[in-house]
Amino acid sequence: MERTALRRRLTWQVGTVTEIREETATARTLVVDVPDWPGHLAGQHLDVRLTAPDGYRASRSYSLASAWTGETIELTVEEVPDGEVSPYLVEVLKVGDPLEVRGPVGGWFVWRPEQTGPIQLIAGGSGVVPLMAILRAHAAAGSTTPAKLLYSVRRPTSVIYLSDLKEIAASEDVEVTFAYTREAPPGEPRVGRVDAGLLDAITFGPKDEPTTYVCGPTPFVEAVADLLVGAGHDPARVKTERFGPTGGPR
Amino acid sequence: MDIVSPGFTGRRRSGTELPPGQYLTHEFPVLSAGPTPHILPEHWEFTVTTETGEVHRWDWATFTSLPAEEITKDLHCVTRWSKLGTDWKGVSLDTLLADVETSADFAMAHSYGGYTTNLPLDDLLDGQAWIAYEYDGEPLDPEHGGPARLLVPHLYLWKSAKWVRGLVLSDTDDLGFWESVGYHEYGDPWKEQRYAGD
Repeated sequence: MERTALRRRLTWQVGTVTEIREETATARTLVVDVPDWPGHLAGQHLDVRLTAPDGYRASRSYSLASAWTGETIELTVEEVPDGEVSPYLVEVLKVGDPLEVRGPVGGWFVWRPEQTGPIQLIAGGSGVVPLMAILRAHAAAGSTTPAKLLYSVRRPTSVIYLSDLKEIAASEDVEVTFAYTREAPPGEPRVGRVDAGLLDAITFGPKDEPTTYVCGPTPFVEAVADLLVGAGHDPARVKTERFGPTGGPR
Repeated sequence: MDIVSPGFTGRRRSGTELPPGQYLTHEFPVLSAGPTPHILPEHWEFTVTTETGEVHRWDWATFTSLPAEEITKDLHCVTRWSKLGTDWKGVSLDTLLADVETSADFAMAHSYGGYTTNLPLDDLLDGQAWIAYEYDGEPLDPEHGGPARLLVPHLYLWKSAKWVRGLVLSDTDDLGFWESVGYHEYGDPWKEQRYAGD
């Protein structure tokens, strides 16, 4: 795979929704055929633009969920209560509808197949989306670089990509661990937030020199990134992507 | 090509004029590429380095003893949120650069943690930019760039470098952190200069 040019002019392109997969009660994956898609790196995002009949427009950014395999891209959208674009994408958009996209965007929170160090992925909720793209790119590239995903999620029914994750976790190079914060499945005793003890037990340590990707709501990312730096990880190798509010008016 | 999104009507929130493609928020979201650096004011310093290598230096005590301004500004983030009427206190770059002799046209802001962003020097002068250290009457949170951040509110917020520690003046317009991975080199929200080539 060629490295995508990062400073190329981006134009809006009209894609067509070819498939929709329900992931959870509030999230779904859109498979979109984009004829002139220039390719992307795992971890990048794109802009989606909606246009009303009177010309009113609204745009938002979403992480790409798929590895680059051609003209078909996938994005997974979690519905934001009181949102403007995500409720349309999750509840209204149908197979066959056009969808305007522009991308890919972002060249920092990315994994390149030529990277050799261990990959540590830490997701909070729908922050798993760009990390799934990394796991898929890792598999598509046939990379034997060890990778671990720690996925913090409220309850079993909130897990996005459950069957894909089971499949990926069957590979001997990839380890997937769930941390349930509200309700765990039978046989899983631990319920609680990601803490220093869990990170120490489950994730690559500083001596392994992993590149760590943390994605999730801002308070989750702040807490996890602080714990990693506190445990001795080099801050320059901890890449973060935050979304949502900071957790209260300030 | 103009298309219509079938079944989309939008939720217009009228009343305020925002730059194109932005939506209004009352929260204060955070966008950072890495862990939040925690810098104690007693370890903080701010430097201006000219194109000839001359260095001007302020520690926290001398910096906060400079005349400060209270400013109220609208913020526009490239991730599409805008927040209006935010209150800051900080030192104008006009004050910090008053005794700096330079003929440079550009500045690279450098931050604790390694972040950089490039700006034309003209955009830092004439009451357009500050080193801010209070938000809403309180010391600036590390999450939002404390102890001090650059504030250049007429450009997208990534130009307002958090955890700022210095400016390096130069005759050439080099690219900063986000600018080198596809974001626009200037970033005017009213012209919607989000990505390279916009």
